[in-house]
Formats: sequence, C-alpha cells, structure tokens
Amino acid sequence: MNVRRPHLIDPRISQRVAFTGFWLVALFVTLPLVGIVLYMLYRGGSVINWQLLTSMDGLYPAIVGTTYLVSLTALIAAPVGIGAAIYLSEYAGRGKLVRMIRLAIINLAGVPSVVYGLFGLALFVIILDWGRCLMSGAATLALLVLPLIIAASEEALRQVPRGLREGSLALGASKWQTIRRVVLPNALAGMITGMILSVARAAGETAPILFTAAFYSLSNPFPRTVFDPIIAMPFQLYVTATEEPHVDPAFTWAMAFVLVALVLGLNLVATFIRSRLRRRRW
Amino acid sequence: MQPKLTNSDCHDAREDTEYAEQPKEDFLRRSSADAGTRVARGDVSHDVKIQTNDLDIYYDSCHAIKEVSAEIREHEITALIGPSGCGKSTFLRALNRMNDEIPEARTTGQVLLEGEDIYREGTDLVALRRRVGQVFQQPNPFPMSVYRNVIYGPRLQRRVARQEADEIVERSLRGAALWDEVKDQLHKSAMDLSGGQQQRLCIARCLAVESEVLLMDEPCSALDPTATFRIEELMLELKQKMAIVIVTHNMYQASRVSDRTGFFLLGELVEFGRTTQIFEDPHDDRTDAYVRGRFG
Ligand SMILES: Nc1ncnc2c1ncn2[C@@H]1O[C@H](COP(=O)(O)OP(=O)(O)O)[C@@H](O)[C@H]1O
Ligand SMILES: [Mg+2]
Repeated sequence: MNVRRPHLIDPRISQRVAFTGFWLVALFVTLPLVGIVLYMLYRGGSVINWQLLTSMDGLYPAIVGTTYLVSLTALIAAPVGIGAAIYLSEYAGRGKLVRMIRLAIINLAGVPSVVYGLFGLALFVIILDWGRCLMSGAATLALLVLPLIIAASEEALRQVPRGLREGSLALGASKWQTIRRVVLPNALAGMITGMILSVARAAGETAPILFTAAFYSLSNPFPRTVFDPIIAMPFQLYVTATEEPHVDPAFTWAMAFVLVALVLGLNLVATFIRSRLRRRRW
Repeated sequence: MQPKLTNSDCHDAREDTEYAEQPKEDFLRRSSADAGTRVARGDVSHDVKIQTNDLDIYYDSCHAIKEVSAEIREHEITALIGPSGCGKSTFLRALNRMNDEIPEARTTGQVLLEGEDIYREGTDLVALRRRVGQVFQQPNPFPMSVYRNVIYGPRLQRRVARQEADEIVERSLRGAALWDEVKDQLHKSAMDLSGGQQQRLCIARCLAVESEVLLMDEPCSALDPTATFRIEELMLELKQKMAIVIVTHNMYQASRVSDRTGFFLLGELVEFGRTTQIFEDPHDDRTDAYVRGRFG
C-alpha cells in the first residue's frame, strides 16, 4: 500500500508502548517499598496501637533510645561535617593535602558499617573507656554519617551563586564575612536537608551500635547521662527477631514498621524543608 | 580578510552576548547627531582617578591583558568595548583587584588609584573595594530585604545605629533613583524587584559605602530597553560625583553615555580616546572595522 512509509509500526503506537514500558518500570521501583510496608502491616498491624508505642514493655524505651542516639549523632556530626565542608569548598585550594582529604572522605563512605562498629568498640568503648553507652554509639554513628554530611553540605555550598559571593566581596567584605552573611544562609536549607537524610540513615543502622551502645533490656531503660547504655530500635528488632523464642512475631513486625515509619518520617521532613526553603527568598 | 578574534592560549569566552546583533548602522547615525553637544560637554579634561601602567594579566598560560596603559578620569564615563573574550572584564576586575579571587590569575604592572599603586604590597583590599565599587552583569541582590541589601556594606565595617542606617538607606536609594519605587517595601525581599530595580539596588549598595569609582560590567545586558534607559540616565547623574567605567557590548550605549572609549582586541588596548573621536574618526583600522560593525 503506502510503500514510502518508513515506519513498520505506527509511531503513535510505538510512542504508546514506550510510555507504558517506562510507566511500568517506574511503578516497579515503588513496588518493593509499598510491598514491604504492606507486609509489615499485615504481619504486625494487629498489635500496633498507642499502647505499644507508649508503654514501658512496648517500644517506648527503644523509641526514646533511638531518638537520643540520633539527636546526639547529629549534634556531633553537624559541626564537624559542616566545618569540613566549608573548608573544602571555600578555603581549600587544589593542593595535595586537600586531594588526600577528599580521597579519605570518599573511601570513608565505602567502609561497611560493621567495621565502624568494631572501630567504635576499640576506640570509644575500650581505649577511651566510655563503655557501651549512648556517647560511644553516637560517636560511632557520627563517623558513619560524616562523609554523607560533608558531601551534602559541599553540594549545598556549591549551589550558592558565584554572583552573590562576588557581590559581597566587591563591597569590601572579607571571605569569612561573605561566608557567614551570604553563603551560609543560602546554603542552610540544603545543609539541613542533607543532615536529616544522613541521620535518618543512621537511625536504622544496627551494626555500629551493636558493640558500642545498645542493650536489649535494661533495669533502667532511660539513660540519665550520655555515658549510660540505651535500648535502640534496630538492635531490639535484631534481638527479638533472632534470639527470643517466645516473642510474638507480630510484635517484631510492628517494631519493624515503626522503625521504617521513623526513617521515612525523617526523610519526609527533609523533603518538606527542602521544598519550603527553596521557595523562600530571604 | 577577517581579523583574528580569539587568542589561542585562552579559553573561549564564557558569557557571550552577541554584539553582532546590535543595530550597527543606527548608533553611528545617532552618535553623529549627538556630536555637537558631546564635544561641548566633553571639552574639559578632568583629573585622572585611575591610571594603569603596562598592566599584564595572565590566567595560567593565557595572556588576557597585554601591557595596557589607560587613564580613568574623575566625573567621566569610560566605556570599554570589544568583541567577547578580548579581556574587558579582566581589565575591569583588575581595578578593584577582584581578579585576586581567581586562583589562576596573575597580574603585573601598576594600577594607580589617585597615584597609589593598589597592587603594592600591604594594600588594604577592604578599603580599596569600598572606594572602587562594582556592578555585575547579572543583577546580584542578596536574598534579603531591600533595606538590608543597602546597609550590608556599611555594617561590614562597624555597628550602624538604626537612625543612621535609615539615613544611609534613604540617601543611597535616592542616589540610585530607586527610592520612590521602593520606599514602601524596604523590608520586602529584594528578589521581588524587577531586573532593572535590582540593578539600581546594586548601585545603591555601592553608594552606601561611598564608592568613588563605579565599575560596571555589561550592567544592562540582562535588562529591557526601558530599564536600560533608566540606568543610563542614572549613570549620567552619578558621574557628577564619581568616575564610572562601563563594559558594554552595545556600541549604541557606549556612544550615547560615555565620554571616553577604549577598544580592546585580543587583550590589547587598541585605541583609547574621546568617544566622539573613537566612533567618528578612529585612528586604527581595527577600531574602524569594529565600530562600523565589520567584525564578527
Ligand atoms: N577564570 C579564567 N580562567 C582562564 N581563562 C579565563 C578566565 N576568565 C577569563 N579567561 C580568558 O581570558 C580572556 C578574556 O576574558 P574576559 O576578560 O572575560 O573577556 P571579555 O569580558 O572581554 O568578554 C578570554 O579569552 C577568556 O577565555
Ligand atoms: Mg566580559
């Protein structure tokens, strides 16, 4: 019939097929998340209630412990990470030392988390003699998230337009004044977002706190100082799932659900802050 | 034959506004029409504010400015013209040592500000940059209120009491012909102003630190014709009090506002003289070709 027509298939149909294909792939990547959440609800949903979250023999101690742990981790990692990022992106040139520092950071990000746990055990628990406690765990997790925070903060600093820096310098501002008054306020949104995302990652880590901070059950589950041990969610989950024969599996799944909800919640907060501060003009 | 336009050791210029698109025949006609008044007002020679002697600037191996000697005079507008990548911005940024912020840039020669070499060891960069202000191609108000943008410079140096700050802000905004438009939104974000208003705000920021020289790097290339016209008007007003150097791709603009013009080509200052002379009676063939729009 129409011999001049170069397409074997009607382009509208191939377009349709391609679109559907990509849509399916995109849908497919969300399936695991949806699947995991639904399965956890299916297995543990029956025992999830307010009582579970707030009672002493429910998840309350672990939720408190993880909250402390995550907050202290952020408190330790933020100044160091942001400071390092400022140095690297604003002050450091392209010297040998700086290249080595960068290489170290990249490699730090690739170290398996159980190795951080062992290192934390050796350094904080034994050598510094802090014992297994909140402080040792937070310090270990801080090491783990440091490369993430540095990378996110550097990226946030890079996003600040060059014109703003030059505008400030051209008015007679010193470099530090420019960083403090113009660069940092504009990079803050990105830095906070990166921080929360990194720390959310730490909230779910088990291995680093395994040797450094966590107990499964304690006579007094709430730490009074940072040198007291804690009960943390990922660790409690690990123990109940592997070592306790009498625990109702529904309880384990409920705990898993709460942990995932916490991490997703933190990620959501980070996304929210990012979108809010992106729209903010000053 | 086309003259060579780029220097082989140098990167291609990054921000190319196409001067080839400017209305070339028009500005010549216009500048001749203005010639009578221009000569009348351009006759007096003012004091030299900035003098460069054998200025050379390199970016690594790229020789971007070659032995440039020029004079910037008080109460005059000096225009720098030339094709993209010829070194206009580099030369301009040498005058307030903004090239110091570029690690690979190296400068030799002298830049005398009222007779003092600003490249001399021990020069106070802060003081220099307050005296020699800069307005950029892309308006760059800080993402803060109009008020805080203007007072930013003074507050870098000292505590400024509220009442004095109010006075500085009003005086500077009036000086930049912006006061009437923003006096009711001083505490709103400067990012909400139009491009032309933002550019005048950037000028006001310089006035707030009492700059004596204003360096403007293609300040109107991001603006519409009305906003451009207002900036040009403002420049003519400001030159009563200061020296202005403007880099422009728009030869129409150069001939319209400037008293003196320098033509750069491949890092060389080919010709420097009164604007009327440069546009109507250029001594160098290359200048002649450029102002007649024969390059590019
Ligand atoms: N940071 C830099 N590093 C290397 N070369 C540069 C840099 N900035 C400018 N140059 C080069 O210096 C020359 C002059 O650039 P510039 O002063 O920006 O020209 P103009 O403002 O006249 O367009 C160009 O060849 C440009 O590629
Ligand atoms: Mg330029």
